Amino acid sequence: MTLYLLAILFTALSGVPGLFMQKHGARFAAVLMVASTMLGICAAAYVLFGGAGASLLLPGTSLIAWGLVSFDPIAAFFLVPVLLLSATASIYGIGYWDDHQEGARKVRVFLGLMAAFLALLVGATHAFVFLLAWEGMALMAFILVMTEDREPETRRAAWIYLVCTHTGTMLLLGAFAIMAGATGSFTFSALPIGFASSEKGTAMFVLFLLGFGFKAGMLPFHFWLPPAHAAAPSHVSSVMSGILIKMGILGFVRLASWVPDPPVWWGGTLLVLGAISGIMGVALALGQHDLKRLLAYHSIENIGIILLGLGLGLIGKSTGQSALQVLGFAGALLHVLNHSLFKGLLFLAAGSVVHATGTRDLERMGGLGRLMPKTAAAFLVGAWAICGLPPLNGFVSEWLIYLGAFQGLAMTRWWFSLITLGALAVIGALALACFAKAYGVVFQGEPRSDEAARAHESPSTMLAPMGILASACIGIGLAPGLLATPLNRVVATLSSAGQVLPSLGSLASLSWLTVMAIPLLLLGLLLWKWAAPKTWVKQQPTWGCGYLAPSARMQYTASSFADGLVQGMIWVLWPKIQGGRVRGYFPFPRRFQSHLPDPVLDRVVSPGLRGTAFLLSGLRFLQAGHLSIYLMYVLLTLLTLLIWMVV
Amino acid sequence: MPESPFAHTLQVLLHVLTALLLPPLLPGLINKVKALMAGRSGPPVLQLYYDLAKLSRKQAVFSRTTTWIFLAGPVGAVSVGLVAAMLVPFGHAHAPLQFQGDVILFAYLFGLARFLTVLSALDTGSSFEGMGAAREVTFAALAEPALFLGFAALAKSTGSLSLSTMLAHTGPLFKFSGPLVLVLAGWAIVYMAENSRIPVDDPNTHLELTMIHEVMVLDHSGRPFALVLYGASLKLLVLGALLVGPILPRNLGPLRDWLVFYLGLGILAVAVGVAESVMARFRMTKVPQFLVAGVLATAFAFLLMLV
Repeated sequence: MTLYLLAILFTALSGVPGLFMQKHGARFAAVLMVASTMLGICAAAYVLFGGAGASLLLPGTSLIAWGLVSFDPIAAFFLVPVLLLSATASIYGIGYWDDHQEGARKVRVFLGLMAAFLALLVGATHAFVFLLAWEGMALMAFILVMTEDREPETRRAAWIYLVCTHTGTMLLLGAFAIMAGATGSFTFSALPIGFASSEKGTAMFVLFLLGFGFKAGMLPFHFWLPPAHAAAPSHVSSVMSGILIKMGILGFVRLASWVPDPPVWWGGTLLVLGAISGIMGVALALGQHDLKRLLAYHSIENIGIILLGLGLGLIGKSTGQSALQVLGFAGALLHVLNHSLFKGLLFLAAGSVVHATGTRDLERMGGLGRLMPKTAAAFLVGAWAICGLPPLNGFVSEWLIYLGAFQGLAMTRWWFSLITLGALAVIGALALACFAKAYGVVFQGEPRSDEAARAHESPSTMLAPMGILASACIGIGLAPGLLATPLNRVVATLSSAGQVLPSLGSLASLSWLTVMAIPLLLLGLLLWKWAAPKTWVKQQPTWGCGYLAPSARMQYTASSFADGLVQGMIWVLWPKIQGGRVRGYFPFPRRFQSHLPDPVLDRVVSPGLRGTAFLLSGLRFLQAGHLSIYLMYVLLTLLTLLIWMVV
Repeated sequence: MPESPFAHTLQVLLHVLTALLLPPLLPGLINKVKALMAGRSGPPVLQLYYDLAKLSRKQAVFSRTTTWIFLAGPVGAVSVGLVAAMLVPFGHAHAPLQFQGDVILFAYLFGLARFLTVLSALDTGSSFEGMGAAREVTFAALAEPALFLGFAALAKSTGSLSLSTMLAHTGPLFKFSGPLVLVLAGWAIVYMAENSRIPVDDPNTHLELTMIHEVMVLDHSGRPFALVLYGASLKLLVLGALLVGPILPRNLGPLRDWLVFYLGLGILAVAVGVAESVMARFRMTKVPQFLVAGVLATAFAFLLMLV
């Protein structure tokens, strides 16, 4: 517990010394952040691997006098990615956002504060502490997104984010109020049996769903996420995508731990929304030209996968299917950890690319694999993991969810399992297509612009954090059995009182994944030895099928690569296409442009809000600006209230 | 019936040898059937073995544009195919490796092979190879659900998540029952698409613009190309075992089981050859409809399982 609080303190202050230092502020911040990560991970490991009494409660009288912070297994599990990603981001910041760039100190201070609020949030077990940390995190993130506030695009993204996060918080206030009405205190504790199926319980669930859903980026409340992730500096994006949106998931996990008897439709709703988020997230990602927006849409997809797991787990809890419960929850939790690792890695690698080329536009990149091989390798590991391909970590968590879904086929509500299976299969195939596109267009082929041709490898302070995250991805993929104990402990806290759950190891033979990875790697190595030439002689250009003057512009572009799939899903994606086919035998040059706007933000929310603003502008006459008129309003209100009370 | 350790070792050995040595025979068989149907005498059945031997002695040419990923595609495809081959039951009712959930690993291993092949195609920077890669991932997005729905139907029937049980002991799905026929019909479509056979793709076409798989490997040569060819034939074998597995009679005795398995594969190869001879390749825009038919077939199979 002490370690945990110290870790929060260190992270909160990490950016402060840099304010007063001429140089080395970034290094100092990184050292503090790494120290706090060490402390926090020790604390988390102690709780996750420790015995039953390892969960410590802070009495209401000491440090935080008005509330309660508890470092239970859930908090410990979520603390690990929070601190790990903050630390890697702050090391990365040394090279990426150095002191020459505007607002470097600001970024450091607020990154530290945001990490501290996140770390506090995971342990909050009182509604007040929870909301305080929630708001703190949201505001810090707003400031960080605003870093490059000269760009109109950035300002727009940040404002959309701010509005969304506050709408979410407002909904959460209502939800916590209902919950406090049921339990009698604002401290988080188990809800009474039967409450969840009552009308109030329904209202509470809907409010929580919307509030946490906004933060998690669940469809259709995801629309703040892509612009905000694209506009923020890349190491901030990695923290936002890796852990900030996971706080919405933390909320759902906490909710699952309070409710002893969730109705089946709760889990069903989460599952269906997860399937929609997953498929739509990856489908929208396919059509993007902006590297960071593409990654942001993949965050939505992965939130969808996590929700599928949570939904299955909740259904298992409702129906008493303990195997489903364990596999669903364990898969979802592991995917939370995995996604923060590989998405953090991908954003850092994307940051290196942006750093080297100065653009986020996929169509202007190409050939970077030869100019920055280490970044390319890091991105490849991330892409490999996020597609859920063995033997990396993404496969392990998706495998657990698959196992849960197959288990669920046997029960009467088999359709939930069928939705999960279908959604996961489609998501897997589309994610593969999308990352083949991203890696292929950015790192392979020939450079498509001068900026890309002049790219250079990043400094070691940027490569080291990527190395850490990549090795974590590989490590979890090769030896997932190590995580069985922590997952069991967290899943146990999500069970209802007195329930004994089967252990994860008995349901899923994680060790087999390790056994399978070994021959795969050995065979790969052996065949590589056989096929690789002693010296790579590369003198020939690529075979152009007889055409002798190929140019880099003739390469397949990101848009053309995704075109088949985007056209296939034209009825949900609504791409904007300008220009068209060439006609005739001697055609004139034609322009072609395709763009995939966000269906919710650009088609529904923006026009809707503009319409509302227009309608409400009719009420402007009420705001005349004279004090006397406002006093009259006060008087009238008072009179109305008085009459209402009397009558 | 418990097996003696010696018999078990023999079975595993036979399985491994089959996976290593048999694959190049299948394309030879298919081509022979096609040639005979067309009234030609055709290349010898063992042609691919000769080709592989020749290619492995040749020097490879690498394009200036490529990186190490270019080699990872062929290497990955073969290693993945060999590992996946250990999960599917061949002649013996049990695959050498089996555990609950291996069916998902099996499907994702082929995903891995596709990922690496597509990346190695994109590594050349050629439009043609980009085109083939785009088609490959597009069609795979439709083939994948069909594969998984078929697995779901079999899992529902057998209550197991291991390929060995699902394919060899199909439970209430007795041979030639309605759902099983539908699953196999759906998988047959997946088989055509995954192995780039007519009517989805034509392995012998001469026009790069119309290819899917062949165009992705245009720039490979020498030993890497030998791996590409061997990997493709391995895929024919492994997915073929998946397709014939549920309808083979089992427990006839150790030797007869294997004979029946080889016979089944032979019939499959002949059937593919006949299908390729009597059909034309679909227009590229028609392929998705064909694949959706596969998804629907397996979906109906699953629904029938519930009745």
